[in-house]
Amino acid sequence: MAGARRNLPKGNKPLSTVAERIAAAGAGNAIELRGVSRLFGALAALSDITLSVRPGERRAVLGSNGAGKTTLLNCVTGDFPPTAGTVRFFGEDVTTLPPHERTRRGLRRTYQISLLFQRLSVRDNVYLACRGASRGRFSLIRTRASDAIMQSVADLITLVHLEQVADRLVGELAHGQQRQLEIALALAGAPRFILFDEPAAGLSPNERGDLVAILTALPPHIGYIIIEHDMDVALRVVESVTMMHNGRIFKEGAPRAIEADPEVQQLYLGGGHG
Amino acid sequence: MALSETGTARPIGVGGDALSRWFSDHAPTLLLGLLLVLLPAATTDFVLDQIVGWTLVLGMIALSLMFLAGYGGMVSLVQMTVAGLAGYSITVLGASSLPSISLFWPWWVAAPLAILIAVAFGTLAGALSARTEGIYTIMITLALASAFFYLTLQNWSIFNGFNGFTSIPAPIFLGVNWKSALPLYYLILFCAGLSYTAVLYVSRAPFGIALQGTRDNPRRMEAIGFNVTAHRIAAYAFAAVIAAIGGILLVWLNNQISPGTAGIQATIDLLVIAVVGGLGHPIGAFIGAFIYVLLRTFALDALVAVGLDGRRFQTIIGLGFLIIVLFSPDGVIGLWRRWLARAATSRRGTSR
Ligand SMILES: Nc1ncnc2c1ncn2[C@@H]1O[C@H](COP(=O)(O)OP(=O)(O)O)[C@@H](O)[C@H]1O
Ligand SMILES: [Mg+2]
Repeated sequence: MAGARRNLPKGNKPLSTVAERIAAAGAGNAIELRGVSRLFGALAALSDITLSVRPGERRAVLGSNGAGKTTLLNCVTGDFPPTAGTVRFFGEDVTTLPPHERTRRGLRRTYQISLLFQRLSVRDNVYLACRGASRGRFSLIRTRASDAIMQSVADLITLVHLEQVADRLVGELAHGQQRQLEIALALAGAPRFILFDEPAAGLSPNERGDLVAILTALPPHIGYIIIEHDMDVALRVVESVTMMHNGRIFKEGAPRAIEADPEVQQLYLGGGHG
Repeated sequence: MALSETGTARPIGVGGDALSRWFSDHAPTLLLGLLLVLLPAATTDFVLDQIVGWTLVLGMIALSLMFLAGYGGMVSLVQMTVAGLAGYSITVLGASSLPSISLFWPWWVAAPLAILIAVAFGTLAGALSARTEGIYTIMITLALASAFFYLTLQNWSIFNGFNGFTSIPAPIFLGVNWKSALPLYYLILFCAGLSYTAVLYVSRAPFGIALQGTRDNPRRMEAIGFNVTAHRIAAYAFAAVIAAIGGILLVWLNNQISPGTAGIQATIDLLVIAVVGGLGHPIGAFIGAFIYVLLRTFALDALVAVGLDGRRFQTIIGLGFLIIVLFSPDGVIGLWRRWLARAATSRRGTSR
């Protein structure tokens, strides 16, 4: 902080300019996309997306199938890097960083279609997520029951109610249980920002309630973006909404304003959208 | 427990009465170990060297393949080459009957250096193939294996070409001639036991669990913070250490090394050994090696006895491979596990 202050210009510039500069550097935002595009061959899955999400902010991304929501998350995490534009994570340009480097900086995600370790137990799955977010990934020494990391693993398993199946292979779990595990993996370590890709898909009404409880109970410094078709879930757990269509953002605002927006209503809420 | 699924061997950090649990978990392994330690009292040098010795050495090299394929999902055909390179290195750096080539450095310089060279090569092979998957991994490693084979065949200044090296003098250290039957047997048994234990242990250590993670879902591994490529290369390095030690023991056991030692045929045989035994557990490598050695040793006589050409023993191995893979894609271990499962269900059925 002292360093930052020393770098301030000497003259009595108004504070707003500094704030503007911080904003211009992207340092004030958890996620900042500028001019991000993603092509798949000739198909533009994302076109010129500019998006900022503050630290701790909770944002829903809505839009019909094929709107580019998942591709947006893939560009943020680096699963598919953007073909144009820059991605900043807490001010740092991570556009060309591999996914694991972004994760080590506190970014987390879940997948729309569960990507789990099918031939490992639930406990091992969660353990790997905790280990990946910490040191000792290459360690040849076994982890003991008394090690602190095992407590985190147990806590995460309890959080998503998988204690009963903790030592079962993931391949043997029911679909809903796999979705729960998917969420647990994204909460491991010390996340700073989480991207949820349709986390409620495949959950029972009960489990949806649990999901909403987990999302609202997350520490306030942890922001997230959630893609969710279920408006009951989505609009209850966010403070802002981004609407996407054909790879572009066409509206941003507070949940109430978005719900009331006639254009949105016509396109999504009123239309026969599943 | 010893033959349980790779992923569930033992939940990390489950307590209990540690010592007695450990013994009951490892009873079959301990029994087998004890049997092997006492074996020299009950058998001939032929069985010790030609059957058990070969089984353990080939088993070690197959174990390095099992580690990569079973835990990492990487079918590397370069493991026999790693062993061969270590074998050639110890012959060239150490002693052979060819003073024009061999440097005659003492064993304690030559052996570590040979391992180092082979591990460097194995790691490099890993770096070349770590970004590939499935059939491409097989192709790249097979290309490396055949390149090495032709190099040894055509180079006379280092590898002595077609002839290779014969009558390799015995390493003598601690006042023991390690090529006489009994010391060599115990040296091999020690190294094989250590490799087996190391692989079992590491499979439940963070490195090994993560390797299984990269096998099941490399993309998710990246997303939870692992550098998948680096992890795979490290696995190749780990496997190469085991293959390299196996390669040195192979030279001492076989008393010779030539291009065929790590040729295409040997490469395929090693794959057959690992797959027939089963990639689901480290013991599979040794089971496969045992079956292979038995066939190789006795199939010839058996074939001649029934009036067939003894050289057909490769056909028998091929047929055996076909039958096992057809009936049990996860090898002998898979048969064993299914048999155990069936026994367990029928027992539960009768007790009810
Ligand atoms: N890996 C891919 N390869 C080719 N096309 C893709 C790929 N991923 C997504 N797309 C295409 O990009 C568009 C946006 O997809 P996606 O981001 O998954 O939409 P959403 O998540 O909003 O349903 C779709 O037309 C889809 O077919
Ligand atoms: Mg999607």
